[in-house]
Amino acid sequence: MADLSCSFLGIKSPNPFWLASAPPTDKEYNVRRAFEAGWGGVVWKTLGSEGPPVVNVNGPRYGVIHGADRRVLGINNLELITDRSLEVNLREMAAVKRDYPDRALIASIMVPCEEEAWKAILPRVEETGADGIELNFGCPHGMAERGMGAAVGQVPEYIEMVTRWCKKYCSLPVIVKLTPNITDIRMPAEAAHRGGADAVSLINTINSITSVNLDLFSPEPVIDGKGSHGGYCGPAVKPIALNMVAEIARNPVTANLPISGIGGITSWRDAAEFIALGAGNVQVCTAAMTYGFKIVQEMIAGLSHYLDEKGLASVEDLVGRAVPNVTDWKYLNLNYVTKAEINQEDCINCGRCYAVCEDTSHQAIAVTSDRVYSVKEDECVACNLCVDVCPVDCISMRELAHGEVDLRTGKKVADYANWTTHPNNPGATAAE
Amino acid sequence: MMPDSQLKRAAEPVAQTPFSPGIVSGRRTPDAYVEDFTDLSPPLDLHAVQVAADRCYFCHDAPCVTACPTGIDIPLFIREIATGMPEAAARTIFDSNILGGACARVCPTETLCEGACVREAAEGQPVQIGLLQRHATDTMMARQSHPYTRAADTGKSVAVVGAGPAGLACAHRLAMKGHKVTIYDARPKPGGLNEYGIAAYKMPDGFAQKEVDWLLQIGGITLVENWSLGRVGDGDLDGLRADHDAVFLAIGLSGVRALGAQGEDLEGVVSATDFIAQLRQTRDLSQLPIGRDVVVIGGGMTAIDAAVQAKLLGALNVTILYRRTRAEMPASGYEQELALSKGVRIIENAVPVALVGEGKLSAVECAYTRSGPEGLTITQDTFTVPAEQCFKAIGQVLGTLPEGPAVRGGKIVTDGAGRTDATRVWAGGDCTHAGDDLTVTAVAQGRDAAENIHTFLMEG
Repeated sequence: MADLSCSFLGIKSPNPFWLASAPPTDKEYNVRRAFEAGWGGVVWKTLGSEGPPVVNVNGPRYGVIHGADRRVLGINNLELITDRSLEVNLREMAAVKRDYPDRALIASIMVPCEEEAWKAILPRVEETGADGIELNFGCPHGMAERGMGAAVGQVPEYIEMVTRWCKKYCSLPVIVKLTPNITDIRMPAEAAHRGGADAVSLINTINSITSVNLDLFSPEPVIDGKGSHGGYCGPAVKPIALNMVAEIARNPVTANLPISGIGGITSWRDAAEFIALGAGNVQVCTAAMTYGFKIVQEMIAGLSHYLDEKGLASVEDLVGRAVPNVTDWKYLNLNYVTKAEINQEDCINCGRCYAVCEDTSHQAIAVTSDRVYSVKEDECVACNLCVDVCPVDCISMRELAHGEVDLRTGKKVADYANWTTHPNNPGATAAE
Repeated sequence: MMPDSQLKRAAEPVAQTPFSPGIVSGRRTPDAYVEDFTDLSPPLDLHAVQVAADRCYFCHDAPCVTACPTGIDIPLFIREIATGMPEAAARTIFDSNILGGACARVCPTETLCEGACVREAAEGQPVQIGLLQRHATDTMMARQSHPYTRAADTGKSVAVVGAGPAGLACAHRLAMKGHKVTIYDARPKPGGLNEYGIAAYKMPDGFAQKEVDWLLQIGGITLVENWSLGRVGDGDLDGLRADHDAVFLAIGLSGVRALGAQGEDLEGVVSATDFIAQLRQTRDLSQLPIGRDVVVIGGGMTAIDAAVQAKLLGALNVTILYRRTRAEMPASGYEQELALSKGVRIIENAVPVALVGEGKLSAVECAYTRSGPEGLTITQDTFTVPAEQCFKAIGQVLGTLPEGPAVRGGKIVTDGAGRTDATRVWAGGDCTHAGDDLTVTAVAQGRDAAENIHTFLMEG
């Protein structure tokens, strides 16, 4: 069995699966149950400054996007940071850490963008025995209206400044949690790096309205006839998160900055993908909020099995394995030619490949009167749409061999060549 | 074990049981009748509907649509259900098939839409099209509102003979187009086989009448009951042609094919259709007598419906005799399984050679058949099955042949549009050569004939 134990910024945990700072980690009761279920670490629900805690709405706080069979694809929320007092949270954190010394316990913090505020809270957090701190620069709703959360995360200069304060007043590793509600994720990551962050974690939730109530004409969730944008998370946001993680991992400036991957991780496979794109560990929230804490058992078993299959001894061996293969479009091989191929034995003749190719792509699928579908290689541009929509996964892409004639272009498959040297590119450099 | 001497005989007559000899009623407890004659396939609840609808792949040129004789746009209506609009789905269904509610209940979906479903090919579990159709149509009909309105009156009038599925579908489509329609039906109630000929558990709670009432809300349709074509005092084809601009014959098959076996006139030998009609019109099924031993002859849906219902009425032994193999039975595998699951025995490759009894039927003498190059032959290998009742279900034929349209093989000849060779006379449903004796086919023929009649009437 592969060893799943991790040391992220020197913080040890028996596995790379942490629960993200969110409703599931709001109090001792939940966190103890999470650790009992097998979670490797927990980022405690974000703490605020001392004094009267924030209040939450008392109507619904979550909206949802369902797939078939009401499968939860995405949830958005407008819950704020912890609405329990700082003292209670700190006391509970200390108790949990004392009882679970082998698990990672991270304190998420969000206080006003003033040095004094950070200076005040950091020593108190450190006293709990927490293993690190995570700066919540991500929450896009509610707190951002008060100049915190994403309001900080959207200004790289603020990120750098606050990170610096934290490094100054705290000896624990500092993880900066980034908001995806920004045009170029590399900028805030670089700012965190400049500020001395030990790691970044991403993504926080995405600004969203999940749906509109067509009777009340209000966004969901409806609170007394009104709604507000909330933070979107769950499987639906995973592709956005993966890209942002990859962008940071392959940016030379931040290439060595550890990443804690977050965003729609629902299974071991999702986790492995984040890790392969450079995440040193992962944080999970929506999957737990959909299925409960037990899912970590599948994640542990699946990742361990996968590492064994791949002959990898530890999670670390997987970290960043896919990063070298994330490249710019311009470097993609234009002489890599594939053609869709339908496995007639497995085909159930639903015709969806035909419908989408005929209506929305390249008219490259033929159909006979008895509903046999086949690919017209002289029309197929290998767009992959048929593969994507096939419900039984019976279409694959066949790679044309070097020298084989592409029936669409009439040209033989040649050596690697990309856009940078393509004759149609006005800025092309001469090919050797 | 109790010694024989201690076995007590029933001192007084008790209620009848399946073991009671003769043709008697009340073989089962009153509750058993209610329970077993309710919906064979109960409607899906809302959650199950959502799950079932989500399974549809929205196929291109969907095979289920091709398999539906009325060509209902099944992927579209399922998508409408999936997106929370069962009434829009119902409209999609009714646009093609105004008897979509009945068809959702009685169609052999396993051989039509669901048999063609790609998920049947993929997983052996088709999308539950029939039950989804029922959900949609039930939802709209529960509101008792009718989604169609009549076009302006054309001043034309059409006679529809027969208020079964073909006649009703034709009448509704004609009424929509603004024609005046009079439906003549020989029975006391409209609905045809839906009311008189389908197993009770496929259409409980008076659905056939509710559906007719709902359908007639279109307006412009007059229903004349207890009117039989050719019967003195009622009228004939010439009379209809004189009173109307066109005539649509949907008279079904009221005659029953004879067995040609000795003893067919014995008491207890009846047509399966008469048995089913009587059952359907019996309010309290505990009052309907049934034999202890029942033999049903035939291999179609009617044979299955008669056999299963005989069993549910409390018959001890019900045997279906079919002259060929089960694979060749017109009744689907699903229907056969239903019969077997209720305890009906199916004897393949056998025919009755004599019905035996003294005034009353007591047994059916049977012989095995052999199929060879010369066709089906009856062997000398015989056996006897005890029987107090025998239901004949070897096919129906036209009753009194209407004067006029050409008849071939005992059925009225029509062209693709439902037109007969008689002037201004169309026909559809089981009485025509084109039908396959399915409700849904009858609906398609009635609808299509109406379109053709409309074209004819408007062209003058």
